[in-house]
Amino acid sequence: MSLNEYLILSTIIFSIGLIGVIRRKNLLMLFFATEIMLNAVNIGLVAISKFHGDLTGQMFAFFIVAVAASEVAIGLGLLILLFKRKNNINLDSIQSMKG
Amino acid sequence: MEKYLYIALFAPLVGSLVAALFAMRPRTLFTGIFTSSMLAVSMIASFILLSHIISTEQIVHVTMMDWISIGNLSIPFGFVADQVSVTMMVVVTLVSTMVHIHSIGYMDHDKSFNRYFSYLSAFVFSMMILIMSDNFAGLFIGWEGVGLCSWLLIGFWYHKEDMPKVKDITKSPFSTLSPYSSISPGYAANEAFITNRVADLGMLVGIFLIYWNLGTLQYDEVFEHIGSLSQGLIVAIAVFLFIGAMGKSAQFPFNQWLANAMEGPTPVSALIHAATMVTAGVYLVIRANEIFTIVPAVGYFIACLGAAVAFGAALMALVATNIKKIIAFSTLSQLGYMFVAAGLGAYWVALFHLAMHAFFKSVLFLGAGNVMHATENEINIKNMGGLHKHMKPTSIIMTIASFSLAGIMPLSGYFSKDIILEVAFGSHTYILWAILYVTAGLTAFYSFRLVMYVFHGEENFKKFGYHPHETHSYVIASMVPLAVLAIVGGFLTKNTFVEMITKKLPELEIHLSHSTANILIAITLLIASSGIAFAYYRHKKCGTYFSANLENTFVYKLLANQFYMPHIIDNVLLKPYLALSKLAWKIDIHVVDNIVDGIAKTVYNTGEKSKFAQNANLSKSLLTMVIGLAFFVVLSAIYGFAK
Repeated sequence: MSLNEYLILSTIIFSIGLIGVIRRKNLLMLFFATEIMLNAVNIGLVAISKFHGDLTGQMFAFFIVAVAASEVAIGLGLLILLFKRKNNINLDSIQSMKG
Repeated sequence: MEKYLYIALFAPLVGSLVAALFAMRPRTLFTGIFTSSMLAVSMIASFILLSHIISTEQIVHVTMMDWISIGNLSIPFGFVADQVSVTMMVVVTLVSTMVHIHSIGYMDHDKSFNRYFSYLSAFVFSMMILIMSDNFAGLFIGWEGVGLCSWLLIGFWYHKEDMPKVKDITKSPFSTLSPYSSISPGYAANEAFITNRVADLGMLVGIFLIYWNLGTLQYDEVFEHIGSLSQGLIVAIAVFLFIGAMGKSAQFPFNQWLANAMEGPTPVSALIHAATMVTAGVYLVIRANEIFTIVPAVGYFIACLGAAVAFGAALMALVATNIKKIIAFSTLSQLGYMFVAAGLGAYWVALFHLAMHAFFKSVLFLGAGNVMHATENEINIKNMGGLHKHMKPTSIIMTIASFSLAGIMPLSGYFSKDIILEVAFGSHTYILWAILYVTAGLTAFYSFRLVMYVFHGEENFKKFGYHPHETHSYVIASMVPLAVLAIVGGFLTKNTFVEMITKKLPELEIHLSHSTANILIAITLLIASSGIAFAYYRHKKCGTYFSANLENTFVYKLLANQFYMPHIIDNVLLKPYLALSKLAWKIDIHVVDNIVDGIAKTVYNTGEKSKFAQNANLSKSLLTMVIGLAFFVVLSAIYGFAK
């Protein structure tokens, strides 16, 4: 398989994540969609790293996995706080900074 | 000796700052006494310096610290007490001390008593900077400082209303027959300040020219090298410096502010507008005599202007009934005398007259203050009369000062004024001499017209219900030293003064035979005493000086309206300037403001219109972001293909 297939896969997954981010109203789903996007990028990075024979991309993918894990931890913490306060996690219910 | 120099300089500042601490408090006698004693300290230090300089002939020169030091420009805060400045220091501190003491009595009932003393001492400090500085920059600082304090003190009663400008000569604020010295104290203060600002520009240009061409502002260096410049440049420097002097010393055409400055408290007029600040212009010419000596044409112009002002001011004083304006015109006239002497190269004569004039003129003003205090601020001399009985000491002191002003032998005024006439005659400028000679007669007449109207004749003040009474004894006591100096100052100090001052200033170069000089003295005394005699007998006989017929003549009205100078200034300068300002104001509103507002409104409206984008909905914001991103990706793709 050539690099193109991996990159196309990565683009497709990224688009799925992007649509999820835009369309979903549930904040938990939004997190899932974000994770999908991050991992789409990871696929791209690893594939390019492999085809170029350069380990930097794979190292970078590990960093992204670590960052994504901590991001989810903080995000879920905030999510729980929000739920305690509003009793739901619908995106439309937290519009407090309307211009 | 340096410490005495610093004491003389900074004691008034200490007094001023301490008084300023109490400025907003109700009257506290302490401020008056403290500032007066600080001035006395300064006076004693000045006298010590004077005796030091007379006995050892060594000048005291100190550099306190560097002030401006950039590249080649180096201006230190340096002070010098040489023969010229020490004379000024003694005169200034002596008069100031007495005026401070007099003010304690005069300002007794004023609610801004403390503020007054703070200003007055600040003025003396500025004046000391002006006369003691060893460079033109320091002189300019003092020059502006005295201008500022003069503004503060002329407008001291700033809350008084503006007087309407009416045609009636007895009510118009522009006439010397009205009960008003000017439109209002605030107006007079601004007029004095702005007139001086205009003239100061000239002086500043002169100082810049000196710096550009000589690279220094220190007196000794400037005067050493001034001869190396081209003649035209020296003329320009001399003329520009003299323009500054004209403003401060109220020479034509900058003369109008001095008469209007009489709106200030009377001791202020005695100190600032008679004895010290207005003589700063004369001091500048004396100080820069090395410059003016090289260009005799400028000197001759100064002398001519001085003579014209001396004569014109004396004419205005003839008809005025405003007691302070008569004395103010007399000051103007005597300043003219000083400029004649300075212009003709007799610099020490000018300085001598300056000192003697300070004594007798300040005491005249202080006496006028006593009279006004006694008659509830009446300033029309025709509404007084017969006050001699009620206030003998003031009457005697003012009469003595008037004799001195008239130049009667052997009072101080005689010694100083007579040499000026001799100088004018001996320099073969006979026209100037004739003008000054006639002016001497007029001076004697108007001085005694004032004395007769105020202190003798019928008691006109009774009609107004005044109950005149002599002022406090310490106020009289403060006038006595000045009065004594007005009597014996010339007689006692002349020889010592001449011996001291000619070490610094050029000696007199007039060649008059002894007999000619004696004839001159005799005829000068003759015209002065006939002026006095005329004033005396005319008043005894008729009780008034100008008949009703005479009062209707154009000349009388011309003089009473101060040669229509205030009208000319008002109509020719102020009104067009006001119209121009209003036009500029309209341009400002319609053009400049609109442009600035337009920019602000555009930015604001843009924000207002695009506010909907901030809808606080995360999904929609993300959608917008993705659309934007997609747009730029497409754009860059198109750009890439196009290339």
